[in-house]
Amino acid sequence: MDVTFLLNGETVALKNADPHLTCLDFLREQRNLSGSKEGCNEGDCGACTVIVLDKEIIRPLNACILFLGQLNGKAIRTVEAVGEDGHLHPVQSEMVEKHGSQCGFCTPGIVTSLVAAQINGRSDHENILAGNLCRCTGYAPIIKAAETAAVLSEPTWLREDRKKIRDISASPNANWPQSSDEIAALLTANPKTRLIAGATDVALWVTKGLQDVSPSAFLANVEDLSQIEDRQGEYVIGALVTIEALFNWAKVSCRPYAELLRRYGSVQIRNAATLGGNIANGSPIGDNPPVLIAAGAELCLRQGDKRRRILLEKYFLAYGRQDLKVGEFVEAIVIPKSLDALRCYKVSKRFDQDISAVCGCFNIEINNGIISSVRIAFGGMAGIPKRASHVERALVGKPWSLQALEETEDEWLKDFVPLTDVRASAKYRLKVARNLLTRYFMERSGQSADVLQVVP
Amino acid sequence: MSVGSSFAHDAAQLHVTGQARYVDDIPIPQNGLHLAFGLSTVAKGRIINMDLSPVLDSEGIVAVITCKDLPFENDTSPAAKDEPLLAEGEVNYVGQPLFLVVAESHLLARKAATKALISYAEQLPILSIEDALAAESRFEEGPRIYKKGEASSAIRGAALQLSGTFSIGGQEHFYLEGQAALAFPSDDSEMVIHSSTQHPSEVQHKVANALGLGMHDVRVEVRRMGGGFGGKESQANSLAIACAVAAQTTGRPCKMRYDRDDDFLITGKRHDFRIDYEVGFDETGKIQGVSFIHYVRCGWSQDLSLAVADRAMLHADNAYHLEHCRVESHRLRTNIQSATAFRGFGGPQGMIGMERVIDHIAGHLALDPLSIRLRNYYRDSNLASVVKPQTTHYGMEVTDFGLNAMTAEMVESCDYVARRIAINEWNKKNPVLKKGIALTPVKFGISFTLTHLNQAGALVNLYQDGTLRMNHGGIEMGQGLFQKVAQVAASGFGIDIKKVKITATDTAKVPNTSATAASSGSDLNGMAVKLACDEIRCRMSEFLAEYYQAKPADVRFHDNKVYIGNHDLTFAKATKLCYENRISLSSTGYYKTPDIVWDRIKGHGRPFYYFAYGVAVSEVAVDTLTGENRILRADIIHDVGASLNPALDIGQIEGGYVQGAGWLTTEELIWNDEGRLMTHAPSTYKIPVASDRPRIFNVQLWNNENCEETIYRSKAVGEPPLMLGMSAFFALSHATSATGENYPMVDAPATSESLLWACERAQYGV
Repeated sequence: MDVTFLLNGETVALKNADPHLTCLDFLREQRNLSGSKEGCNEGDCGACTVIVLDKEIIRPLNACILFLGQLNGKAIRTVEAVGEDGHLHPVQSEMVEKHGSQCGFCTPGIVTSLVAAQINGRSDHENILAGNLCRCTGYAPIIKAAETAAVLSEPTWLREDRKKIRDISASPNANWPQSSDEIAALLTANPKTRLIAGATDVALWVTKGLQDVSPSAFLANVEDLSQIEDRQGEYVIGALVTIEALFNWAKVSCRPYAELLRRYGSVQIRNAATLGGNIANGSPIGDNPPVLIAAGAELCLRQGDKRRRILLEKYFLAYGRQDLKVGEFVEAIVIPKSLDALRCYKVSKRFDQDISAVCGCFNIEINNGIISSVRIAFGGMAGIPKRASHVERALVGKPWSLQALEETEDEWLKDFVPLTDVRASAKYRLKVARNLLTRYFMERSGQSADVLQVVP
Repeated sequence: MSVGSSFAHDAAQLHVTGQARYVDDIPIPQNGLHLAFGLSTVAKGRIINMDLSPVLDSEGIVAVITCKDLPFENDTSPAAKDEPLLAEGEVNYVGQPLFLVVAESHLLARKAATKALISYAEQLPILSIEDALAAESRFEEGPRIYKKGEASSAIRGAALQLSGTFSIGGQEHFYLEGQAALAFPSDDSEMVIHSSTQHPSEVQHKVANALGLGMHDVRVEVRRMGGGFGGKESQANSLAIACAVAAQTTGRPCKMRYDRDDDFLITGKRHDFRIDYEVGFDETGKIQGVSFIHYVRCGWSQDLSLAVADRAMLHADNAYHLEHCRVESHRLRTNIQSATAFRGFGGPQGMIGMERVIDHIAGHLALDPLSIRLRNYYRDSNLASVVKPQTTHYGMEVTDFGLNAMTAEMVESCDYVARRIAINEWNKKNPVLKKGIALTPVKFGISFTLTHLNQAGALVNLYQDGTLRMNHGGIEMGQGLFQKVAQVAASGFGIDIKKVKITATDTAKVPNTSATAASSGSDLNGMAVKLACDEIRCRMSEFLAEYYQAKPADVRFHDNKVYIGNHDLTFAKATKLCYENRISLSSTGYYKTPDIVWDRIKGHGRPFYYFAYGVAVSEVAVDTLTGENRILRADIIHDVGASLNPALDIGQIEGGYVQGAGWLTTEELIWNDEGRLMTHAPSTYKIPVASDRPRIFNVQLWNNENCEETIYRSKAVGEPPLMLGMSAFFALSHATSATGENYPMVDAPATSESLLWACERAQYGV
């Protein structure tokens, strides 16, 4: 496809480029910009982080899982070009000053992540750096550098990029839809088209699976599916809303969901990944489905001009099988507004940037001490995100007490036969699933049960 | 003086701007080729048929090389000659290289490498320690045994006894820069190699053997590595040899880097251990006798396993004086990646076995483990004392022990006693969340146990304008070695550090180097550079004294000047004057560590020149509903002797602690029943991230000159701090023990799951 973008302030216009070439390979192999490093080739280490200006938004992204096709119409900054007029950016000079680099291989990615964070006005450095692995320093000097670096919220180069990006236009392409209608038309014409939004999953099929994912369509420009609407009684989240945008929304609308999303991937991943992608791919361990199922969310699907709305939990049929017809795609997710009782608990080997061993989400209404309605959903407990139907039934009508919880003991085995894998054993998953209900009870009763809140 | 200053890493400016060049960043000509290995998919068996035609038909393929195509030696091993570059029929682990693809691009090479059609006659693999013991699958004829006194009778004779089994997981290095090499063929049969290796001389040797050349035909250059941690001591050989062979075959430059998943799958990791122990002690926790059996899972080839297992035995005492001690070590051959060097080199595993014994005794006696530690420490050394020094279980006198004083200082400065009481009270009030605290010491022996490796060379060239270029055998992998050694050179002439040029390590400049390993980098290379500087300074002094009619002893070098009696001149003028008077301004330097003698079979002698010491206190919190946990605070006092560069040393200490804590908490390696490594990428193998570091992190250097004559009386700092991470592990043990009456017997790594079961054991017993 044809791709036009700004690279470190210069216009790059490529004709007939391989749309699935990664940005990192392009930078390193075709532009001799070897500052961005390949550490893992799957978006987990952050050594390849580049700064992408997308309309008005600055995003740090993993170049190793960013396709050339996604860059159309954007501006990219690499570590080589984040300085100010030949001087180091304050983040760079503080990294030197505070001894924030040792082997130096992760350093370019750390620098770009921190520069992007400054522009976005963020100083929650642990979250900002959750997607940047460093094996040498133990992070203390990096955090110190981040804390002490003078803030440049609008570097000179950014001002210039903002101007220039208005003058370049994304190259027009057949696989570059501008609206949901165009996606629908494209899929009707060629139902095998692979839809690529953030590519945080699909890119791995290329970099690790060594597959050809053609034909594909890049959805980066589809505005009408990138909105969050607050309608009466419900929120409508467009399928192309990034997890980062969802996170910002949840901070206001549903704190427990926001806390879960804080630990979803990393800033780089959240800035690329979309809610629609997390659902459409049918992963049993994606973190959004259990939350949304517990919230009673519905899925809006579209095929050509036909639209249907189903309960999200009905979408997941079996491992690897979804209720998605040929040529059909996810348009939006609708979340009811009654989210006060919703709590989400992610248990993983490492707190940040890890895949859940168990993700348990609870939404229990209590009236006069009696459990009136229950929605409990889990990720990681079955081949699909799944409700704990037997447990739910056993709870309804019972007094809200630890005893009622204990009486569900046998119901869990009817609901779940989890797997043993690298993240946890089946036995652990079952035990933790039950214990998370205890945690929910404690939290609702005002007792502290969050190890992240413990101070020395 | 330059030495002792906290200069930044020599390449810090290059790091932060992306200008620092690693092997994969070196531009290669248009005709350069890229390599990938085709890997075994079975753990044990014989290759019946290998159909490579689909590989050859793949896009962009230039050649496919099998063992039959190798012109000379087919071996990558550091010593035992048991590790073919490409399998010769027999396959010994999932991930073993079988053939080599040479292609026009990295991606095309990787794609082609997956396309071979291979049939195997599979055999039952030997995977676990138990499998290996049952099959008597081992290296060496039987276990090694080191001992002092009569452990078994001392244990039997003690008032109390305990025994246990402790599993300790391995660790993936996860250097951020994966393995990489690049070979440039040239005329006259010379081969120039750029390798991300800790051991360029070995790469040179192995490449020469593989090509049928002399070592003089092969030049290996290493400017920097993106981390090594032991994982590039022997594991870099394969890529360099592959590149050299392919470059010789095709006459074109060849580059190879492992994709991260391949890196996990192909290369060795830290050895995992099972340690069975028995201990006899009295009511105060004084140990009467202790016995350890180390079961070491070495993987399919010998690699460095014997030395690793030896070092584990040598650290089985950690910081404790044991009158009766026996250590038995089984080096087991299994069908997984060949375990290799990893920061600490067996020391951490040996040491944590001893700390587990201490923790277990404390649990049994319901005492603070600190009191057991203090009860059993070696005596602090006092050079003036006439009392004979205490000896280790391998007969080495401990003449520099200082942990009693360091521990006292730590207990005081971090308020250990009050915090432990407060934590125990807090735990009584909190049914679900539990806190824990632990203090653990480190005593780590410094020197290669293979004595002849304790040598180093350097080349120092002084130019007539007063600038200096130096070269030595050490490798810069992030630890700041190059800057430290540059500081030594600058101090040697009293000149500004900016006048010293750091250059890539190059086998053509300094020959026969040892690996940058065993924490020895600055001790050995710093000394070699210093001796070279001393030699040149001596020549200059003699000449200048004669020229100005003074005594050589009256010639002084400092502040970028040379003072000769009443005369002074700038250093640049002095070098110019020397040059014009035909004084050689170039010298090699050569250093070998004195006074070390070691018999690894008898297990007796003085394997170490000295010990490095440290003490750490960690505080943690555990959620006993899930086992999820957090390190809340860490305090460290670490002994680096008289520091060459305090900032770089603190960097090693902080980084070592976090890496050690990672090893013992979230970093879990899992193989499936077929012997395939399932945690083969950062998506499944979890090293610490920023939020895993302790929020409160106090690191203090112990101000203490090395009693041995090391480079400016400093101490090695590379490996010892990793073991400070043990304090986090034992704090987790403390926290889980608050859930019940029993000792929780936590295994390593203490993942959330492992801790949840530990809580159950604490409540209900084993």
